Amino acid sequence: MKTKKLINNPDNIIEEMLEGVLAAHPDHLYQIESSPRAIVAKNGPRQGKVGLMIGGGSGHEPTFLGFVGKGLADAAAIGNVFASPPPDPALACAKAIDGGEGVLFMYGNYAGDVMNFDMAAEMAAMDDIEVRTVLTTDDVASAPIENRSERRGVAGNFFIFKAAGAACDKMLSFDECERVAIKANDHTYTMGVALGPCSLPHTLKPNFELGDDEMEIGLGIHGEPGVERGKLRSADEVTDALLDRILDEMSPSKGDRVAVLVNSLGSTSLMELYVINRRVKQRLDDINVDIHASWVGPYCTSLEMAGASITLHHLDGELTELLQHPCDCAMFRAG
Amino acid sequence: MNSLSSEQLVAMFNAMADSMKSSIDHLCELDGAIGDADHGVTMSLGFEAVRGALAELDPQQAPPTVVFNTAAKSFLAAVGASAGPLYATAFMRAATAVKEQETLDAAAMAKVVEAMVDGIRHRGKAEAGDKTMLDAWIPAAQAANQAPADTSLPELMRQVAQAANAGAESTIGMQAKKGRSAKLGARSVGHMDAGAASTALLLNAASQFVVTTFGSH
Repeated sequence: MKTKKLINNPDNIIEEMLEGVLAAHPDHLYQIESSPRAIVAKNGPRQGKVGLMIGGGSGHEPTFLGFVGKGLADAAAIGNVFASPPPDPALACAKAIDGGEGVLFMYGNYAGDVMNFDMAAEMAAMDDIEVRTVLTTDDVASAPIENRSERRGVAGNFFIFKAAGAACDKMLSFDECERVAIKANDHTYTMGVALGPCSLPHTLKPNFELGDDEMEIGLGIHGEPGVERGKLRSADEVTDALLDRILDEMSPSKGDRVAVLVNSLGSTSLMELYVINRRVKQRLDDINVDIHASWVGPYCTSLEMAGASITLHHLDGELTELLQHPCDCAMFRAG
Repeated sequence: MNSLSSEQLVAMFNAMADSMKSSIDHLCELDGAIGDADHGVTMSLGFEAVRGALAELDPQQAPPTVVFNTAAKSFLAAVGASAGPLYATAFMRAATAVKEQETLDAAAMAKVVEAMVDGIRHRGKAEAGDKTMLDAWIPAAQAANQAPADTSLPELMRQVAQAANAGAESTIGMQAKKGRSAKLGARSVGHMDAGAASTALLLNAASQFVVTTFGSH
């Protein structure tokens, strides 16, 4: 059985989405004419500022293009559904946002993205643009802590990009922006749970199978299998299971502060997300961890996948200041 | 001596594009079991872009090296993903390997297969046994390398395709060490790697094209 989607020709789906995004956000975004998969912030890139490029496959909206704007990312390179963009749009982004101080590439740690963005970085170097790369690796379920650098980047991108974007916007040096980006990644932990699959526009077939009464913890945002499949449990029990893994690694002290992201993978409702968020607050209150701020909603989706993820961003003075720094993006505003 | 002209090389690419197009669902299902389910879509988009770019070439004026370079650029510009850089690098290496050739005989095709494998290995930094497309490509290159000097082109391609088939089958028992499925550890065992599966399909399509063109001897 085929899934239902409101689409036209699937071959044109990314172009048609971008056309719609640009129509909705003409004050924030523009498209590079010679490289239409390169989406750049109208305000933001400027001389003397380190440029921040983010990017990856489509299907995770508002990640990545929704976080392009002043105070956050300067540009995004957009791939096909769940597939890294080729080097060309990343190179076009780098050229468009280079302010003479270098360009930071930030994206989730996936083999395809690394190969394409590394090729783009090599090409940028030939044009005298220095590119440095910080990969996001916040998905706790995707590898043991000893192999943190092998982990995937998922919804925690939101906090990691936010910190790096703020550092760039404050005109910090390339070294400082890179340091902050690495630190923000090290302070960010995500755990997700899937209740049902999504389907690619080209195949209209579920990308994995899950029983009617089952859930899978740790499943990736492209449907990559997770760490534990079992019977669906209550919101509180699932929230506890996700938080236990996060807190075990983060090991916060009493009085520590965190920012919280409760994210929908696509079709899970805000109602359910707020129920989860209520439990997150109870659990953090119990251990005297302060919530500095919370975001609840679809921030890093996986098309119409059912499920949610919880991210904690372990704050200190510097990360708090960067989180509060104003930004004005197409699909996200702060300060 | 059988030898592929540029025009026939373009037709061989089209046969591979047909094979990818008819395998979208099959490859997406394999990828979905242990990866992100995009592989069939990605491979087909890439080879359709190659088909389009090669249609613009005048095969009378374009030697095989230009055909491979055009394939590399169009594939990479169209898809990205992991297949993009891997196949683009492979086609670029093939283009270099046949720079002086007007046509491709069995010896030249053996060089093409070996050069492609070197390119894939260099770009993806994977090795044999990592459960990737290399587990089909490496045996294919070995078959090409070990074929006696008097092997005909159809026979060479048939041996290359058979080696790739066996290589793809062998990935079922492997635990992934590269790519998305590497995150699964032992759970990746029992599924064929989608990249190795598409390699086998491509080389079978190429082999069938050569056999159809020249007969089986």
